[in-house]
Amino acid sequence: MREWLNTIAPAFQRVPELLAQHLQLSFAALALALLIALPLAVWASRNRHVANIALGFASLVQTIPALALLALFYPLLLALTALFGDLIQPLGFLPSLLALTLYALLPILRNAVTGLNGVDPAIVEAADGVGMTKAQKLRLVEAPLAAPTIMAGIRTAAVWTIGAATLSTTVGQPSLGDLIFAGLQTQNWSLVLAGCLTSAALAIIVDMLLGTIENAIATRRKRRGWIAAALLAAGLAFALIPTTSADEDTIIIGAKRFNEQYILAQLIGQRLEQAGYDVRYREGLGSAVMFQAVTNDDVNISIDYAGTIWTNEMNRTDSVARPEMIETITSWSRETYGVNVAGPLGFENTYAFAVRPDDARHLALKTMDDLARVSPDFVFGTDLEFLERPEWQMVKDAYPLRFKGERAFEPTFMYKALSSRQADVISAFSSDGRIAANNFVVLDDPKGAVPAYDALLMVSPKYANDAKFIAAIQPLLHAISVEKMREANYMVDREDDKKSPTEAARWLAGQLENKE
Amino acid sequence: MPDTPSQKRGPSLEFINLSRHYGDVVAVDTISQHIEPGEFIALVGASGSGKSTLLKMVNRLIEPTSGQVEIDGEDVTTREVHELRRSIGYVFQNIGLFPHMDIAHNIAIGSRIGSRPVLPAGEIAELLELVDLPADMAARMPDQLSGGQQQRVGVARALSTKPGLMLMDEPFGALDPITRENLAESYRALHDRLGLTTIMVTHDMAEALLIADRIWVMANGSIAADAAPAQLLAGGCGEEAESLVAVPRGQAERLLARKAGG
Repeated sequence: MREWLNTIAPAFQRVPELLAQHLQLSFAALALALLIALPLAVWASRNRHVANIALGFASLVQTIPALALLALFYPLLLALTALFGDLIQPLGFLPSLLALTLYALLPILRNAVTGLNGVDPAIVEAADGVGMTKAQKLRLVEAPLAAPTIMAGIRTAAVWTIGAATLSTTVGQPSLGDLIFAGLQTQNWSLVLAGCLTSAALAIIVDMLLGTIENAIATRRKRRGWIAAALLAAGLAFALIPTTSADEDTIIIGAKRFNEQYILAQLIGQRLEQAGYDVRYREGLGSAVMFQAVTNDDVNISIDYAGTIWTNEMNRTDSVARPEMIETITSWSRETYGVNVAGPLGFENTYAFAVRPDDARHLALKTMDDLARVSPDFVFGTDLEFLERPEWQMVKDAYPLRFKGERAFEPTFMYKALSSRQADVISAFSSDGRIAANNFVVLDDPKGAVPAYDALLMVSPKYANDAKFIAAIQPLLHAISVEKMREANYMVDREDDKKSPTEAARWLAGQLENKE
Repeated sequence: MPDTPSQKRGPSLEFINLSRHYGDVVAVDTISQHIEPGEFIALVGASGSGKSTLLKMVNRLIEPTSGQVEIDGEDVTTREVHELRRSIGYVFQNIGLFPHMDIAHNIAIGSRIGSRPVLPAGEIAELLELVDLPADMAARMPDQLSGGQQQRVGVARALSTKPGLMLMDEPFGALDPITRENLAESYRALHDRLGLTTIMVTHDMAEALLIADRIWVMANGSIAADAAPAQLLAGGCGEEAESLVAVPRGQAERLLARKAGG
C-alpha cells in the first residue's frame, strides 16, 4: 500500500494547476453553450422550423468525434486569423472552447425545447387568459415549469463537457488530458489514473451540485439550491485565479504524442533554460497540427521528421536521396513559411516493418518482398494514422501486400500486439527501443519505398533568424545517433526501472556526440 | 370587496358582423349581437357549433377573420392585447392554476403582472371568502385542492383584478353534478352582487336555463335562437333550441311523474 502510494503521489503533482485549467475551460464552454442554447430553445419552442434546424445541427455536431471536432477548428481559426490577426488564437483555449461549446449544445437545447413544449396547454391558456405578455409568460410560467427538464439537460452537458475537455490537450490547451495522454504514451499508469480519477471526480461533484439545484427547483427548497449554486461559483472562482501565464518572451516547445517527442522537447527545454530562456511545453499535439503551429509561431520550436513534411506538407510522393530531401525541405520551409529548419539531429525515425524473430526464421523473412509473399496469412498492426498516410500507399505501390487483416493501435499497444501475436507484422518506428528489446526483426526496403525520416529541428519564424537562439540549440544538431535515441526511448518505454522523459533527456544530454 | 350590489360595473358588449374561418370551415358566421351591462348570457349548442370560438374572440385568444367586438363601445383591438385581457375575467374548463405557485400567488397573479400594487393578504382572504373557501387555503399548493376547490380558486383569480366582464368557457363542465350545481349557483349570486356582465359557454342546457338571463343557442356558427329561459321552455324558438331544451324538460317531467307515481 505504502509503495503504491509512493508511485501514485507524484502523479498528482500537476493536478491542481491542470484541474484549474480544466475547470476554466469546461465552465466557459458550458456557460457559452447555455448562452446560445437557452435563447435558441425559447425561439425553437415557438417555431417548429427553427426547432428542426437547431436540433438537426446540434445532432449533426454530436456525430463528429470530439477529437476530430477539436482538430477541425485549427484550420478554421487559422483562416480567420488572416482576417482578424492576433485577436484569434488558433491553438489552445479558443478551439477547445468552441468545440466543447458545440458539443454541449445538444443536451441543453433538446431538454429545454422538450421542457418548454411540455408545459400543460391549460396552464399556457391560463397565462394568456390573465393577460401575461410573452416575456412574463416565459419568466413566470414556462421557464419555472420547464426548469427541472432544462436542468437535467445541463447536467448531461456538464458531464460530457468535463469528460471531453481532456481531449483539448491535443490542440495545445492544458487540461487533465495532459496527464492521460502523457501517461498513455509513457505507460505511466499512475499518471493516467491521476488524470482519469480527477476528471471523473470533478464530473461527479459538478453533477451532484447541479442535481441538488435541480431538486431544489422541483421541490421549491430555495436555500439548498442557493448553497449548491454558491459552491459551484466558488469552484469557478478557484479556477479563475490566474495561473502563471506565459509572457511574450517565453519559448513554447512543442511535442507530438509519443515518447521520443516528450524526451526531445525536454532536451531542448533544458538547453534553452541553460541559455537563459523561459520555456513552456505544449505536449500531446496532433501530428497534423504541429507543423501548422510552428509556421504560425504558436509553437516556437519542434522536432519534425523529413518524410512527414515531404509527404504531408509538400504532397510529394517521389523518393529522393536523403541530403537532397533535407535541402529541399529546408528551402521550401523558409520560402513558404519563414520557418528555419535548423538542421537534422542525426538520427532517423522511419517506418520500419518489424516481425517476430521466430517468424523471420521459419518463414525466411528478410525483405519487404518476403513479406509480400506471406502477407495473405499475416495480420498487419499499425499506429492510428499509418493506414491513412501517403507512405502506406507508396509501400503498397512498391510491394504487392495483401494482408489477412489490418488493425490500428496506440503505438504503445502496437508493440505488445506483435509480441502477443494479435498482429504478425507492425509498422514500427525505427528509433523505438522496443524493437531491439523484443528482438523484433526489421525487414529491408530494397526498393526504397519509404522516404527518409531524419529528425529535423524546426524553428518558428519569430526565432528563425535569432542568432542567440540558434546558437543555443546548435549543439543538438548531428549529435544524436539512432542507438542513443533508442536507448533513451527505451528508458521511458520499459516496464522495469522506468524513467521519466525529463530523466531520459538529462541522460541523453550527457551522451551528445558532436559528429559535425 | 367594496362594490355595492346596486352598482353595475359590467360593460355592454357589441358583436358586429363577427366571423371566424379556419380554411374552408366557418366556425363563426357573421354574428351581430348586443349584450346589456350586467346581463348573464349562456352560450349553448352542440360541440363544434362555434360557442368557444365566439367567446374567445372577446378577449382575443382567437382573432376574428372579419368583423369586430366592442366593449362599452370601444373596439377590443384598440388596446394592447395583454392590457385587454387583464381587464376581463377568464375562467375555463381546464382551470389552469399555476402548479408551481401557492393559492395566494395564483390569485394575486393579475396584480403581479400588471402595474397595480401587490394584493394585500386581506384582499386575498376576501376573494377566497367570496368563492366560499377558507382563508387558510391561501398557503396551499393547487394539487392539494379538490377539483371543485381549484375551480373556485380559478374564479377568485379571475375576479382579483376587479373586472366588469367575465368570460367562462364551460367552467364547471369537469366537476361532479353536486359541486357543479353549488358552484353555478354561488357564481350567479356573485354575478348579481358585483354587477358583472357574464358570458358563459356551457353544454349543460339545464344549467343554462337555471342561471342565465338570456340564452343564445348556436348552430353551425350562427345564433339559431336568442331568448330568455322562460321563452325557450315555452317552445317556439326553432328546431335547434327545441332539441336542446327537450332533454332537461323531458327529464324534469319524467322525474315529476315518477315522484307522483310513488
